[in-house]
Amino acid sequence: MTDQRSQAEIVRQSLKRRYRKERRFRAYGIMAIAIALGALLILFTDIIGKGYTGFVKTTITMDVQLDGEMMYLDDPTDERQIKMADFVEPLVQALIKEIPGATEDDRNQVRELINPYASVTLRDALKANPDWLGTTQTMTFLTHTDVDVYVKHAGDDAYSIKLNDQQKTWVDELLERDVIETSFNDVFFSGGDSRDPSKAGILGAIVGSLLTMFVTLILSFPIGVAAAIYLEEFAPQNKFTDFIEVNINNLAAVPSIIFGLLGLAVFINLFGMPRSVPVVGGLVLTLMTLPTIIISSRAAIKSVPPSIREAAEGIGASKMQVVLHHVLPLAMPGMLTGSIIGMAQALGETAPLLLIGMVAFIVDVPDGFFDSATVLPVQVFLWAGSPELAFIERASAAIMVLLAFLISMNALAIWMRKRLERRW
Amino acid sequence: MQPANLLLLTLVLAIVAYWLGYARSRSLAMPLGGIRHLKSLPFYYGARAALWSGIPALIVLGLWAAFQGKVIQMIVIGGLPEGIIPATDGEASLLLSKISNVASGALPPGFVEAPIAEAAERLQALRTQSRFLMSGLVISVAVLAGFLGWLRIRPRLNARSQVESILKWVFFACAALAILTTVGIIFSVAFETFRFFGKVPFTEFIFGSHWSPQTALRADQVASQGAFGMIPLFTGTLLISAIAMVVAVPVGLLSAIYLSEYAGRKVRGVVKPLLEMLAGIPTVVYGFFAALTVAPFISDLAASMGIEASSQSALAAGAVMGIMIIPFVSSLSDDVINAVPQAMRDGSLALGATQSETMKKVIFPAALPGIMGGILLAVSRAIGETMIVVMAAGLAANLTANPLETVTTVTVQIVTLLTGDQEFDSAKTLAAFALGAMLFLATLLLNVIALKIVRKYREQYD
Repeated sequence: MTDQRSQAEIVRQSLKRRYRKERRFRAYGIMAIAIALGALLILFTDIIGKGYTGFVKTTITMDVQLDGEMMYLDDPTDERQIKMADFVEPLVQALIKEIPGATEDDRNQVRELINPYASVTLRDALKANPDWLGTTQTMTFLTHTDVDVYVKHAGDDAYSIKLNDQQKTWVDELLERDVIETSFNDVFFSGGDSRDPSKAGILGAIVGSLLTMFVTLILSFPIGVAAAIYLEEFAPQNKFTDFIEVNINNLAAVPSIIFGLLGLAVFINLFGMPRSVPVVGGLVLTLMTLPTIIISSRAAIKSVPPSIREAAEGIGASKMQVVLHHVLPLAMPGMLTGSIIGMAQALGETAPLLLIGMVAFIVDVPDGFFDSATVLPVQVFLWAGSPELAFIERASAAIMVLLAFLISMNALAIWMRKRLERRW
Repeated sequence: MQPANLLLLTLVLAIVAYWLGYARSRSLAMPLGGIRHLKSLPFYYGARAALWSGIPALIVLGLWAAFQGKVIQMIVIGGLPEGIIPATDGEASLLLSKISNVASGALPPGFVEAPIAEAAERLQALRTQSRFLMSGLVISVAVLAGFLGWLRIRPRLNARSQVESILKWVFFACAALAILTTVGIIFSVAFETFRFFGKVPFTEFIFGSHWSPQTALRADQVASQGAFGMIPLFTGTLLISAIAMVVAVPVGLLSAIYLSEYAGRKVRGVVKPLLEMLAGIPTVVYGFFAALTVAPFISDLAASMGIEASSQSALAAGAVMGIMIIPFVSSLSDDVINAVPQAMRDGSLALGATQSETMKKVIFPAALPGIMGGILLAVSRAIGETMIVVMAAGLAANLTANPLETVTTVTVQIVTLLTGDQEFDSAKTLAAFALGAMLFLATLLLNVIALKIVRKYREQYD
């Protein structure tokens, strides 16, 4: 008896220690979750903090005197003349007038405040309105990237301000008088890549991504669904079917860069397809996403209860009719959900596209499936590698756009799963 | 006609064939007394006609579009006059790109030698011809096959079973594409790898401890003899993967345990999707984060403690990769932990064990094989991860175990060797494929073992 009591005593004495261990174990779990979620939070705040200024552009508004003599131009409809004409001078003169105290001697310093592409903007405007020649127009131009950086990041040590003190006082003054203003960066959403950060946009990359995704979707969804139907409904139980299954499971775990090697060797070297076009990108991403789509489609088909099949067979439907008329429509929401998730993966994929040459510097917005293009994640990669912080800012902004696309795709998938998928 | 337009036209023709087949079956049935005298519904006669018209045309179109580029290139090269016929593949592709630049108008014909300008004209002519021939062939195949199919429509024809068996074969072909992809990967990688081993001995590649793929551009250059020893790449990959695992395994595993054993439904409902969000973020974003935020932070921190750290340290790339892999580890562990039968849990708790004791002494040992499988899958993912290391790890192939130094990985080298200026056919380009082959084999091996373990474990408790 005494023995037993002492054993209970031992247990009771150890309880405190054991409970402490229990609490510690729980704390470890909470810590692990905190680390993971903390990393997520830091990642998001870092990218938003780096990139929100990418959505802001700095412009300068001034009265430009379009003097024919100053520009060496007397007929704006003449292509040759307009090519030769000087469109920088009127901008410099207009800005000198805006800055009190600036004289003709400061022209080089003044000129450094205006975006190098502003003269192109002016030329296009004059081409469109030839009757402006000889008049004075109030127009808005992008500032030089150095001014843009100074306006947005004046106090930030990370950014090196390239303006000299004279230019800084001028910019401060112009800011005060609202000659220089900041506004929503529409250039970022309406142009292709550029060597000049202020002029660089993501429209080209977005269109490239959409074209690539379109090719991926129209190939991978039907093929994936067909393969899933075959494997679930028609495949005989034999070695060959097993082999197909093993292949699909392994392909799902093959590193994406290997698919890039495949695309390079087969589509480009063997078939002689052009480099860096959305079609080849789409083909490579199709091969990469197919396993994901097949696996999720099979799960969706599996979840359709056998009673549906039996009922259809009972009234004389053939196997194919059972599948196409009854199983497929019921499995469709699940298949679509899986495909959206697969497409979201493909949209964020970069590595295989680097190997098939979608890393080129492309200024124009692509206008077809066989036109050189880049995609959004590759654009991020290209800008992130730039030493200029103004490009890093754009890269962060592009990441936000990319994440917005991905989050809305995943939200759509979740919504569809909740609304359309039936539980049996 | 462009292939895309031709594709649309083929589809239109198939739809036309459908309607004609549909109409013919009905018109055949009417004199007999209605469609109930047909063997199948009119829909199937239409579908049969559409398949007859569409499938051969699509096959012709696909083959033509796939091979026309290569065939035209061969004809153009073959037609060059003596003297400028390229000796090697490398020269041939340089010449070809010159010719196609002239043909596309990017290079004025006056800037190149006369034979090249002629070749460019011939290229242009051949392209037009090929496009013309392809359109003609595809359209006539579609019309002819559609017509034959249409002609053979009889009331006694069992169109449904024919359509169904064709469809079944189409489904089979789609499933078999997975095999084709694997075969494609193996062949494309193996072929170039064998050519690489023709230039660089296999033993040097596997056992060499020096990697600098800068091969000599001119024969008389002494300074840059390329060295292709993959040991430093291999150790670099392992170092970064190991750092990633050190981050991902404890965090992923502990959060899976907490979520499956302790957390209430509400917490689980919020935390799980947030964790999965980590898996949905594109790797290029992690790369950006690693290269521009984590790496400078680590090197500053190390500097403030008086240690020297590279600005492209293995630690930065590895730690961020670990964060990326957390959800992977946690969701796989979650699955296996939940697969442990409730009876084992109840038994342990009934004996008076606390929850953590149950977890550590009963559930975890039972789930261990499955968790190991999951970790192996995660390792294979870390080895094959590309963007994070391309952006955050360096290019210098150092043989080191110091996480604060720069190392390079297999994937980084593949990307660097295959982007930018390529010399065709050089050992440098081929080396990328050899590295790809090694990567493919390593990940395949890990995946096969991991899937086997996971499957075996699952059967144990089913």
